[in-house]
Amino acid sequence: MSATKKTVAAIDGWFTTDEATPHLLGTRCKKCGTYFFPREQTFCRNPGCGGIELEQVQLSDRGKLWSFTDNHYAPPAPYVSPDPFVPYAVAAVELAAEKMVVLGQVAKGHGVASLKAGLEMKLVLETLFEDDENRYVVWKWQPIVA
Amino acid sequence: MAGEVAVLGVGMHPWGKWGKNFVEYGVKAARDALTDAGIEWKEIQFIAGGDTIRNGYPGYVAGATFAQALGWTGARVASTYGACASGAQAIDVARAQILAGLCDVAMVIGADTTPKGFFAPTGGGDRTQDPDWLRFRLLGATNPIYFGLYARRRMEIYGATERDFAKVRVKNGKHGLNNPNARYRKEFTEEEVLASAMVSDPLRLLEICATSDGGAAVVLSSMDFARRHSTKPVTIAAVSTITPRFPNVVIEMPNFATDSAATVSPPEMPFRDSIAFSAYAQAGVGPEDVNVAEVYDLSTALELDWYENIGLCRPGDAEKLLRDGTTTLGGRVPVNPSGGLSCFGEAIPAQAIAQVCELTWQLRGEAKGRQVAGARVGITVNQGLFGHGSAVVLKN
Repeated sequence: MSATKKTVAAIDGWFTTDEATPHLLGTRCKKCGTYFFPREQTFCRNPGCGGIELEQVQLSDRGKLWSFTDNHYAPPAPYVSPDPFVPYAVAAVELAAEKMVVLGQVAKGHGVASLKAGLEMKLVLETLFEDDENRYVVWKWQPIVA
Repeated sequence: MAGEVAVLGVGMHPWGKWGKNFVEYGVKAARDALTDAGIEWKEIQFIAGGDTIRNGYPGYVAGATFAQALGWTGARVASTYGACASGAQAIDVARAQILAGLCDVAMVIGADTTPKGFFAPTGGGDRTQDPDWLRFRLLGATNPIYFGLYARRRMEIYGATERDFAKVRVKNGKHGLNNPNARYRKEFTEEEVLASAMVSDPLRLLEICATSDGGAAVVLSSMDFARRHSTKPVTIAAVSTITPRFPNVVIEMPNFATDSAATVSPPEMPFRDSIAFSAYAQAGVGPEDVNVAEVYDLSTALELDWYENIGLCRPGDAEKLLRDGTTTLGGRVPVNPSGGLSCFGEAIPAQAIAQVCELTWQLRGEAKGRQVAGARVGITVNQGLFGHGSAVVLKN
């Protein structure tokens, strides 16, 4: 019945939901230009700035793999785990323009054996969990296979 | 350089999975510390408790909880929380009271009773503003996920191997074998470590610290007070409870991202290095003076990171230091002679205090079965969630 389910972001306002070219939504300080993810909306955290105007920006949807690991055991709640649990990888990806590292699960079908630091990764949306009405999606990192 | 305070007495309740009220562990440790110091409970003028967030309200006000259990005396009190750095926070509060001349002798206590399995967010409800709740919800990022990222990074940039990580567990198993307060007193071979179940690649079950029950306490005093009670007390020469500098470009638990370095260059010294080096500066010593260290080995690979963070070697050389025996008992600078978290498991608010207990025994020459010969200077180091530095330099 999944065809009738509605696609819902697992968290509001953290990423765009266009499945073809999703982007993480961060903010950028209008005064000093520092990026923030998740969005910092009230005060710039650069201690030398003091800016209070932050604009929403789409973060780079590609980056280089900084490190990676995986889960062989189901995480505790509030993670919603399928039963039986399926191990999955987690990636830390460096964004060049933002000069920051952002975590994400690795897209299904890509385990640690296929990963290597420095690999080009791109942002995708995938299902995190489902209930009777909705399919909840989240950002994931997917290796770009040449 | 900061002034010194004396470690007059130390005490611990053995680590384990005893399932009792955490207060019992704290009181046992405190009474042992009083006996060790040779003073009476009623002489204590200030009590600092390291809080636990997993034992209901008494845990949030641990200072008063322990004071009540030991018998109200009217002493002043503080309760502190800094995640894994809670114990160091409590020590620092007591030390500052002494150095400021507000009291002569203080008791510091931390104890915990932990649930089985992964640490998980405490409290109910959907907390979409709390990164600690969100990292479980959106990523399933357990603590071992972060440990795994650091471990894999060592493999990718320094060529560390799973066997190197296993060697840390083998070493700590040997060290903790004769420690009466250690929970796991068993030696393992590299093969046994490498045969244990994978948790977060490349880290296996035997390489990730367990959650434990335990309690630790120290009696601290002014140097004047100490001279009247002890011939030559071990002293605390530094406590570093610093925060990171912006931008912190290492991914830290429980965050989703690092700070951005797009507009401000990262500090010359990464956060974990700065924790130790701030302590060295306070104490007027350097890493070359250190004879023994207790570092927070939440994972085997993380112990190797700490070698570099506390300046025992350059980045990328930690595996060499381990392989050539430098950090093993009998080597130049043994690390985790207590057996470390490998042999203890983590009892969060007690752990940083336990590190100080161990170094006190080491610097007194009382660490039976695990003594670092002739140790004069030691450092403990640790880090609490969200950026709580924790390091203590002790001297004899």
